[in-house]
Amino acid sequence: MKTSPTSQRDRGTQPNARRPGPPDPAAGLSDLTLGIDRITCDGYGSCAELLPEMIELDDWGYPIIRPGPVPTALLGHARMAVDTCPVLALRLAAVARATMAAAVNVPAATVRAGGPARATNR
Amino acid sequence: MTARLLDGPALAAGPETLAAHTIRLGPLPGPGDRQALPPMLDAAGLLGRGGAGFPVGRKWASVAGRSEGRAIVLANGAEGEPLSAKDRVLMSTRPHLVLDGAELAAAAVGAEHIVIYVGSEHRAARAAIGRALEERMADMRRIATRVPTELVAAPPTYVAGEESAAVHFINEGDARPTATPPRPFESGIDGRPTLVQNVESLAHAALIARRGEQWYREAGRSETRGTALITIGGAPTPGVAEIEIGTTLAEVAETAGAPVSLGPVLLGGYFGGWVAGRSAWQAPLDPQVLRRSGAAFGCGVVRFLRTDECGVRATALILDFMAGQSAAQCGPCVFGLRAIADAAARLARGTARGDDLRRVSGWSQTLAGRGACRHPDGAVGLLRSALRTFDDDFTAHQRGRGCVAGQRAWAAA
Amino acid sequence: MFNQVLWFATRGAGAVALLMFTASTALGLVTVARFQAAGWPRFFNYEMHRRVSLLSIVFLAVHVLTAVLDPFTKLGIGAALVPLASTYRPVPVALGVIALYLFVALIVTSILRRHISQGAWRAVHWVSYAMWPMALLHGITAGSDAFTPWMLAVDLVCMVVVAAALSWRIAVGNPNKSRLPEVVAASSWQAARNDYR
Repeated sequence: MKTSPTSQRDRGTQPNARRPGPPDPAAGLSDLTLGIDRITCDGYGSCAELLPEMIELDDWGYPIIRPGPVPTALLGHARMAVDTCPVLALRLAAVARATMAAAVNVPAATVRAGGPARATNR
Repeated sequence: MTARLLDGPALAAGPETLAAHTIRLGPLPGPGDRQALPPMLDAAGLLGRGGAGFPVGRKWASVAGRSEGRAIVLANGAEGEPLSAKDRVLMSTRPHLVLDGAELAAAAVGAEHIVIYVGSEHRAARAAIGRALEERMADMRRIATRVPTELVAAPPTYVAGEESAAVHFINEGDARPTATPPRPFESGIDGRPTLVQNVESLAHAALIARRGEQWYREAGRSETRGTALITIGGAPTPGVAEIEIGTTLAEVAETAGAPVSLGPVLLGGYFGGWVAGRSAWQAPLDPQVLRRSGAAFGCGVVRFLRTDECGVRATALILDFMAGQSAAQCGPCVFGLRAIADAAARLARGTARGDDLRRVSGWSQTLAGRGACRHPDGAVGLLRSALRTFDDDFTAHQRGRGCVAGQRAWAAA
Repeated sequence: MFNQVLWFATRGAGAVALLMFTASTALGLVTVARFQAAGWPRFFNYEMHRRVSLLSIVFLAVHVLTAVLDPFTKLGIGAALVPLASTYRPVPVALGVIALYLFVALIVTSILRRHISQGAWRAVHWVSYAMWPMALLHGITAGSDAFTPWMLAVDLVCMVVVAAALSWRIAVGNPNKSRLPEVVAASSWQAARNDYR
């Protein structure tokens, strides 16, 4: 996992005692999901430091967010990650609202140039 | 092929005048009937022709529901897809069909204003729409139903036609997509509910309003009914044609004189994907059927790969275009598409690095859905279809051997 | 005796506030520069920047209140709130008053950050480039012991820290976002146009 082009430091030096792993279905999921404003996001990477179970950085330092509701046990960390983004790009939103797009039923297929639909970000 | 939108005088004759249009098709339904149009469009099963294929009637209803008389209609004729010409041909030969459709949409959603958004490089289309608007302004019989309409030239970029980009351009002169939410149907131009609809969809609506949904459903050879415009390329007789939805690729190839039977075809444009082989050629060109099989009807582009073309090189050119047309707002799109395009270019030229093909496949997994709009998704979709369709060619290029067509193409690069 | 306490409190709190403003400014600059080190993850920059800024409110409040309440200085509340209303070194005190207002604007807009437009927040935050030098200059010109060794040392440390952070921030260059257009334009197809039609 590489960091953004502006720093070559290894993420392994970060104080990260929690190990990422697959979600435990019995642990309970909240009704909140992570959303991100992809235009505002500038690859600071604090979110990945604070919520490594759900966010990892791509080759250029931008977040890849695990889709789906945030497990209740991680909500505190998720809120901190949202609060600590220097540009306020990360958000927590109620699942119902995040899938209102599904209620309008935009097909999963892509938007074309000149097409009507828009992305739902994960 | 079937002529419904393109019925009437020869296309070469240029834009159809208001008089000829009214004589040929009869008058538009009166104001009272226009509220009934969205359910009719639903019953007809009209799907949007901008590429996403969203049900048109449902879209109008969702705008109407929040309009309160303040909505705006944006007729989207930006057509930034380089391989597509259907919208500009439609606008330059049947402008009144498009304007009828926009007027009907405005009445149905309660819009106070119409914007016709046409690519600045499509000069004939812009001229035809401009003249058609003047004709309608001069026609005194239309005073009661007239809605203020303006013609706006869209920047000649690929993403300018994306719905939030179009709205952003009208609002702030910046034709780049914006972050969700809100979407245009909730809050668009001037913060009002805005219906962004492709010009071909509006033209179909204009015919359905006159002839009814049963008439519309009489055409079609598949589950999705009606006709659609396609742009044929890479064949001896290229150009825009109207087909019954459900016509197969093989039938289109036969009419257009395509090069290689069962050969690779780019469906849906740069935003679509490559297909090849018997099942692809026999599949009906029907948005719903194609989507289920992982392909896309998109904006109706049918581009046959010519015998002297290399699929890897074609893909690399398209990916480079897509990377260069990024709105440059989101890191994953900018860096991801550029990396993919560079790797594809190296593969096309036979100078691939050891892990280029593997990394290209890896990036295609992590890039989709990580931009503010679907631009990176389109590029990734195209790439994946290319890796499937030109599997052997990509492997050969990775090893520096190249395909037969490729070796000739390298000399040209 | 009590007067002495107030006077010491004013000068001490002022010096500490200045050090905290310096730390906050530096942390803000290295946040953008995406500084990280062993034991100092990136999120510390932004977090510490905010915490130090909030804590500096306390010291700034002590500094202003003790200065106004001190009968020796004869600074009324007016002198603390209206630039140039002070009878004692009006211009230097005015610098402090203006710096105080800028500081309040920074704090209020940052607390309300989620409720105001990002453009507005950013515009006000640029003001911090004016606020810190004013605070420093106020200390040097308004303070009666500005030229004692310890105060000079504090001033020097503050200047060095901000200069270092600023140079680093400038050297690191534009954050990712400003470089996006040039990456987009960097096509490798020079001879052939990428015109697949």
